[in-house]
Amino acid sequence: MLKMRGADEHAGKKQGRQSRFYRRFVLGFILVMLIYGFFSGLFGYMWEERLDLYYLLQQHIYLVGISFTLALLIGLFTGLFLSRGPLEKYQNLIMYFVGLGQTVPSLAVLALSMTFLGVGSRPAVLALTVYSVLPIARNTLAGFNSVPPELIDAGRGLGLSPLQILIHVEIPGAIPVIMAGIRMALVLNIGTAALGALIGAGGLGEQIFTGISFFNFNLILSGALPVALLALAADFFLRMIEEQFNSG
Amino acid sequence: MILFLLDNWQQALILTAEHLLLVAAATAIASLIGIPLGIIISDRQNLAPLVLDMANVLITIPSIALFGLMMPVLAVFNMGLGNVPAVVALILYSQLPIIRNTYTGIKEVDPEVVDSARGLGLSFSEQLREVLIPLSLPVIIAGVRIAVVMNIGILTIGVYIGSDGLGHFIQRGIDQAHREQIMAGALLVALLAILVELIFYRLEHWLKPEGLKAGVEDERS
Repeated sequence: MLKMRGADEHAGKKQGRQSRFYRRFVLGFILVMLIYGFFSGLFGYMWEERLDLYYLLQQHIYLVGISFTLALLIGLFTGLFLSRGPLEKYQNLIMYFVGLGQTVPSLAVLALSMTFLGVGSRPAVLALTVYSVLPIARNTLAGFNSVPPELIDAGRGLGLSPLQILIHVEIPGAIPVIMAGIRMALVLNIGTAALGALIGAGGLGEQIFTGISFFNFNLILSGALPVALLALAADFFLRMIEEQFNSG
Repeated sequence: MILFLLDNWQQALILTAEHLLLVAAATAIASLIGIPLGIIISDRQNLAPLVLDMANVLITIPSIALFGLMMPVLAVFNMGLGNVPAVVALILYSQLPIIRNTYTGIKEVDPEVVDSARGLGLSFSEQLREVLIPLSLPVIIAGVRIAVVMNIGILTIGVYIGSDGLGHFIQRGIDQAHREQIMAGALLVALLAILVELIFYRLEHWLKPEGLKAGVEDERS
């Protein structure tokens, strides 16, 4: 028993150190890119094109912002409604189809959305929303299912109403898993939004795809670097929030 | 969609084969790197957060951005476009699932079993060969499965940097606004992913040591 307890403490310390390493890697990546950008003339180029880049960044954030807000609302409520009530019986079946849906590549979802809604930002928002709903709904359901039924029973025993049980027992128990799903979905969304350029939605992908056509590294990197940083930043901050939930 | 596939079944076959071959090559190389790394960090605990975090950062970088970031580096070797950068990206992405599953698989082997192996006087490499790897193999294979399924999806984006594979249907479908072709590409990619996943599930079940299977049933009954 003594040995087991020691192992647990060890794991706890490891957990703390893990995030510190993670931070160092993100910072290291940024540092390498800064040095490269400074000496290769990339930053000079990005400074010259700053207005264009700013516009594309705005488009990118607009795509991500709208689609992710919608996906968050739809995904959280879908997960919530699947975890209880009349739909509970069908949750395995529905999640099976969600799992099948996730095997369709993001590029195909964007492309299909384009054939229905034409080119522009609307089909991209639709595709990004559809694609982000899946991980959020899946993890919301998994989060609610991970709450031990004894806890819910205990809440009922205390005379809490179903709403009170949801707010005080189920949501706090489910939130770590839900947050992990939100983080995955946001990172995926930022990366997929870069493909939006292919269906005329603009965004930073515009620089990447034009750059690949011209085989111009400055052009490519002026799009790829901000996209990578956006994804890393989203991952980084959501991880920090997750840690708050996990410790508190 | 079905008509399109019937009309172009030869090309569909070729693209599917290319897709499968590239993913298989990438995953094989990734396993050759990732599984030994996972074994090393399960022995040297202080390296574990370092390696896992590095893989975590890699998987966070969006695929098209990673293609872009690698291009100046690979162009030095005259490999900026084509199958090589796509396969390299897939190898980098596969590291997290493979390393993480190898690591947790070995960590989750019953400590009493490891203790008794140590008590028999086995060295670490003997423990690995006789105890740790056989017992954790299903978990390791599960990591490879996650990597393969992910790679099948990501490779479709590789067409934009000149790689082969089923992305060609989707790319051409976008250029020609041809829904049938996009759906054909999407269907084949999804089917490929599902099929490979099923094969891997079978493999995981098959590789599970007989003793463990019996053990689970004993506990249930």
